[in-house]
Amino acid sequence: MLILFLIAALVAVVATALVITRVNAVHALLYFIVSLLAMALIFFLLGAPFVAALEVIVYAGAIMVLFVFVVMMLNLGPHAVEQERRWLSPTAWAGPALLALILLIEVGYVLWNAQGVNMPNAAIPPVQVSLTLFGPYLLAVELASMLLLAGLVGAYHLGRRRLHWEAEEEDA
Amino acid sequence: MNELLRILLTVVGVLLGVMTLAPGLIWGERRLLALWQDRCGPNRVGPFGSLQLVADMIKILTKEDWIPPFADKPVFIIAPSIIVTATLSSFAVVVFAPGIAVADLNIGVLFFLAMSAMAVYSVALGGWASNNKYALLGSIRAVGQMLSYEVFMALSLMGVVALSGSFSFGDIVEAQRDLWFCVPQCLGLAVFFIAALAETRRVPLDLPEAESELVAGYHTEYSGMKFAMFFLGEYIGVTLNAVIIVALFFGGWHGPWLPPVVWFLLKTLAVIGLFVLIRASLPRPRYDQLMEFGWKALLPLALLNLLATGAIILARGG
Repeated sequence: MLILFLIAALVAVVATALVITRVNAVHALLYFIVSLLAMALIFFLLGAPFVAALEVIVYAGAIMVLFVFVVMMLNLGPHAVEQERRWLSPTAWAGPALLALILLIEVGYVLWNAQGVNMPNAAIPPVQVSLTLFGPYLLAVELASMLLLAGLVGAYHLGRRRLHWEAEEEDA
Repeated sequence: MNELLRILLTVVGVLLGVMTLAPGLIWGERRLLALWQDRCGPNRVGPFGSLQLVADMIKILTKEDWIPPFADKPVFIIAPSIIVTATLSSFAVVVFAPGIAVADLNIGVLFFLAMSAMAVYSVALGGWASNNKYALLGSIRAVGQMLSYEVFMALSLMGVVALSGSFSFGDIVEAQRDLWFCVPQCLGLAVFFIAALAETRRVPLDLPEAESELVAGYHTEYSGMKFAMFFLGEYIGVTLNAVIIVALFFGGWHGPWLPPVVWFLLKTLAVIGLFVLIRASLPRPRYDQLMEFGWKALLPLALLNLLATGAIILARGG
């Protein structure tokens, strides 16, 4: 069990790192799919087969297909790869990477000191998950939904058509 | 040790069974099509042309396996293997007869849906990596079609799941001991059947590879064994969908006199025959008609079926 978990976790971490560093959008998406599949396996090992199946069907099977679909429609050529490569300069990623490293060390320290969490062997039913989500973790669920709202507003803003007078102002 | 041996035997047995049935299906389909279209079909190699497949295999294995210089090489190579892996692994959760199953997971139906969702990547990436406009158009069509029909496919199965109260294939087949689900779930069966045609990209819903418009669609640039993988993937998909229809709607292994596995096989062959008959008789619709039919006819039908099933279960006090 533990070995399977470690392998899946390693695959997830490596795949996610590759998602960020790939310059070709479709290759990045492929690694992201692998990362999601590894996550699904981790859910399965943690005793939540239902969540694992939903992770594959909803995220890997539907949302990521739409991502791939859109990238295919955009028909990005070699110039897009070149542009990505220029954007991915060390000056751009060094700062965030350093801050994230500090966070990682903190998480590692916390996990190292925490009491050993046993991996449950029994399956955890969806009812129990729902009760904890809408009981003690209600605030977290609400915060996540606020985040989704922010994403929605952002997408709306980006996709908004420019009004006539705005376009004239910018041209002038 | 005995248990391990049993599991290994089942895995090998299922794999061998599928891997002989699916290619055998290619010959069977060509013969049946010929019969229904008043032609001869392949009848030269072996008795009734049954060794035609061996000849085809030799031909395809010795052909040049060409990768176009403008293609995205790693993705181009991975794409055909995804469809075969995804469709083959779905067979793991199917219960063919009591005790003959690789793993009767309690999320069996969801596993099947997840794997059929994975198969979409094969077509999408294959077309994209070919870097060819016909291939790209074909794979855009394929993704749109498969993504849409996946929705109806999943919804049409929920009636069966509600009636049997389980996602496991074993429980679902056991729940059909008295009455096969094709009777109370006839709407669900109709929706699932059409969705299965679209998912496997079979004629009449083979728009992603419509040869009159798109050369060969997403596998235009593929040759040799890689093309054979796409081709085989399609036939494994047909076998898989026939197996799922038998298990979920036609009572699986239930039947009088004959042993359970034989019943399962006979029913599967009958459903495959129906797939071939539809190929022989129906013309291809336009792409907008396909999408319109899906979202305006199949989606309401699947939802209505689910609503009625839920209401009846509630009224019965289940």
